[in-house]
Amino acid sequence: MNIRPIFSSLRKHRIPTTLIVLEIALACAVLCNAVFMIGQRIGDIRLPNAIDQAGISVVTVQGTDPDHARDVIARNLATLRAIPGVQAVALMNTVPLSQNGWNTGFTTDPATKGFDDKYVNVAEYLITSGGDKALGLHLFRGRFFHADEYAAGTLGTSFMPTGHAAVITRSFAARMWPGHSALGKVLYMGDTYSYTVVGIVDNVLRPNRNGGDARSFSHSVFLPVAPVESAMNDYIVRSAPVDRDRVLRASIDKLSKLEPAAVVKGRTFSDIRNAYFADTRSMAWMLVLVCAVMIAVTAFGIVGLSSFWVGQRRRQIGIRRAVGATRGHILRYFQTENFLISSLGVALGMILAYGANLYLMQHYEMARMPWYFLPIGALTLWLIGQFSVLGPALRASNVPPVVATRSV
Amino acid sequence: MFGYYLDLALRSLKRNKVLTALMVLALALGIGASITTLTVLRLLSGDPLPQKSAQLYYPQVDPRPAQGFVAGKTRPMPTLTYTDAMNLLKLHKARHQAVMALTHAKVMPVQGSERPFFSDAVMTTSDFFPMFDVPFRYGSGWSARDGEAHARVVVISDTLNQKLFGGANSVGRTLRISSHDFRVAGVLAPWSLQPRFYAVRLGGRSYGDGDGVFLPLQTALADKMRPSNLNCYDTGDLSKLKRAPCVWLGMWVDLPTASQARAYRSFLANYVRQQMALGRLHRPETAMPDLMQWLRQSQVVPDDVRLQAWIAFGFLLICVVNTVGLLLAKCLRRSQEIGVRRALGATRRTVFAQFMVEAGIIGLAGGLLGLAFAELGLWGIRHQPAQYAGLAHLDLSMFAFTFVVALVSSMIAGVLPAWRACVLAPAPQLKAS
Repeated sequence: MNIRPIFSSLRKHRIPTTLIVLEIALACAVLCNAVFMIGQRIGDIRLPNAIDQAGISVVTVQGTDPDHARDVIARNLATLRAIPGVQAVALMNTVPLSQNGWNTGFTTDPATKGFDDKYVNVAEYLITSGGDKALGLHLFRGRFFHADEYAAGTLGTSFMPTGHAAVITRSFAARMWPGHSALGKVLYMGDTYSYTVVGIVDNVLRPNRNGGDARSFSHSVFLPVAPVESAMNDYIVRSAPVDRDRVLRASIDKLSKLEPAAVVKGRTFSDIRNAYFADTRSMAWMLVLVCAVMIAVTAFGIVGLSSFWVGQRRRQIGIRRAVGATRGHILRYFQTENFLISSLGVALGMILAYGANLYLMQHYEMARMPWYFLPIGALTLWLIGQFSVLGPALRASNVPPVVATRSV
Repeated sequence: MFGYYLDLALRSLKRNKVLTALMVLALALGIGASITTLTVLRLLSGDPLPQKSAQLYYPQVDPRPAQGFVAGKTRPMPTLTYTDAMNLLKLHKARHQAVMALTHAKVMPVQGSERPFFSDAVMTTSDFFPMFDVPFRYGSGWSARDGEAHARVVVISDTLNQKLFGGANSVGRTLRISSHDFRVAGVLAPWSLQPRFYAVRLGGRSYGDGDGVFLPLQTALADKMRPSNLNCYDTGDLSKLKRAPCVWLGMWVDLPTASQARAYRSFLANYVRQQMALGRLHRPETAMPDLMQWLRQSQVVPDDVRLQAWIAFGFLLICVVNTVGLLLAKCLRRSQEIGVRRALGATRRTVFAQFMVEAGIIGLAGGLLGLAFAELGLWGIRHQPAQYAGLAHLDLSMFAFTFVVALVSSMIAGVLPAWRACVLAPAPQLKAS
């Protein structure tokens, strides 16, 4: 097919051509960035979290007398264990995605003084005996804590427990000792605290993102403590998923009766996770909606302009048909024309999309868009263009040759 | 003449209903999306205390050791240690000054049958109320002397007063918080600043309902209440918050004139120099942003909200380009009609005006429909789980702004087609028919 006549015809209609090119370019720029943002958000929502997310409930007991913490905790743990269907129970200071942040910092170098940038920020999870089973942690290397390690851990008046054993997540192990096994290595904090890594577990998310990237979101450390600390109020109750809701109701009920002066609240872990990502999810949906409407508007714009074009050129089409062009020729003419315009728009759009991404990266928390988003966006708009032009082009191909002989 | 253009425009729009509907719909969608996101953005980045925000400042000093300090690069920590906060408070160099931290107060029910609950609480000092123009329904705040004497007095919010005392004047009544009895000194009128600027880096929400309980700082500490956000730069004994190497207090000062603000800045620098000479502090950097600067630095407006506004405006731009194209197509199709009008004596200006009126009508219709879309969008946002969801309402200025946006974008869209129409030479158009 000869495309030269198309070019000369487009040159005659510079303004409408420019407008379509501009519209496609803008749509391409917005689409690429919006789809990238949607992808990032879906990635966040689906971040792996290697605990038994379907079976865990968290019951928080606050406002009990701190001077009797030891007795209160022992009684609460025993009460929860006695509920039928409960598989394991443990006490923690906070739970993943609960927004109740407990952050600390560790270094691998005992000589580091003060808290400076050699410290790597990490979420600190304190767990009591049986915590690995209650959470359903997946051991990757090493072991969980021994009974004497749990017994040796107390907080007292600090934010770090006494004791010297730690279990860390794979991503934190890779961050601290890239390329080496973390087992047996030591984490230091100041002069006072040091913990030997005895086990590595699959990634567990932090209570909140704490300003880090997706990888540091699963920098977590588990430290063993004895069940005596008033600063810990999250009871992890694990059951089979079918029993979960009943177990949670029974747990809240029993603990409320046991401690009339305390405030007892409970949520399933699924609810905690949903609540954490609710904003992210609504942003993703909003972006999807905008993309859909934008594609529709662009498509209708192309339909409108192409229809006008076809209407304007009825006579020329008639003449072409009269001198021997087939319907297929006319159809392909309009399709090729649209392809050329789309190509121009898409080329400009990819530059715009890249520029917009650079701007957003500078001013907002946004990552670099991988290159393949550009051709995907381009392909989408090419398809939209071809799809939208099909109707007007078919109408054009149905123009009878006899039109050429009539005036107007 | 305008009436005639209006008639012509309406006839032309009616002649091609589908195209007109498409233009109006596209413009309305763009405007609806932009106004929705802009309303949310304006709401979140608003000034919580417009009458006073220019004279409220947030002094900061850095208590960390010298190691790791890079002059001009390391910013002070976002909150103060107890020692620094108390020193600055007691030197009393501003008209009003208050330090504050957030906590959760366990409120025991007044009626025996109900269960205790936690309420968002602020531990603060007496100037908090006059400095932030906090409105009282009953009673008042506590005096500086009450604060120092560890008096068990409390100020509660309107919401909490409704919940506990049925909205009655509860001043003088007793409220049990944790395990101590407090006397209600004051009840606030409904008061919830958006954003809740004083809570921004203290571990609380930035938007949404106000706090329920306000307690004197010294009393709350004596009762072992803990700050919601405790940020430690060294290991230490956390049970002794007053000495622990941790920052957890925010401080605000009221400096009505620029010269007072300047004086306070040099006072702050002097204070740090003096503390460095004593060996207590090690970093000379200080900062004292005013309220709006502090909100910007703390990035209270979520990035997602700004990104949404960008996307919405990109979308509006596409809709405008789309409308330009469709208007142009329409007007070129009417070349002959224009030719006739020109030949009968219409000037270029009148042809131009005629087409701009047509564009304006599309703009107004788009604005009206866009308003409906914006209301729909805001309704959607109100049903989202975000902190600020309940606040998303269209106000009068945004209502007016919608029509300005609609008219301006339709005028921009109309200029090119109208210009093309008015420069058409009449003769060839007449000949062609």
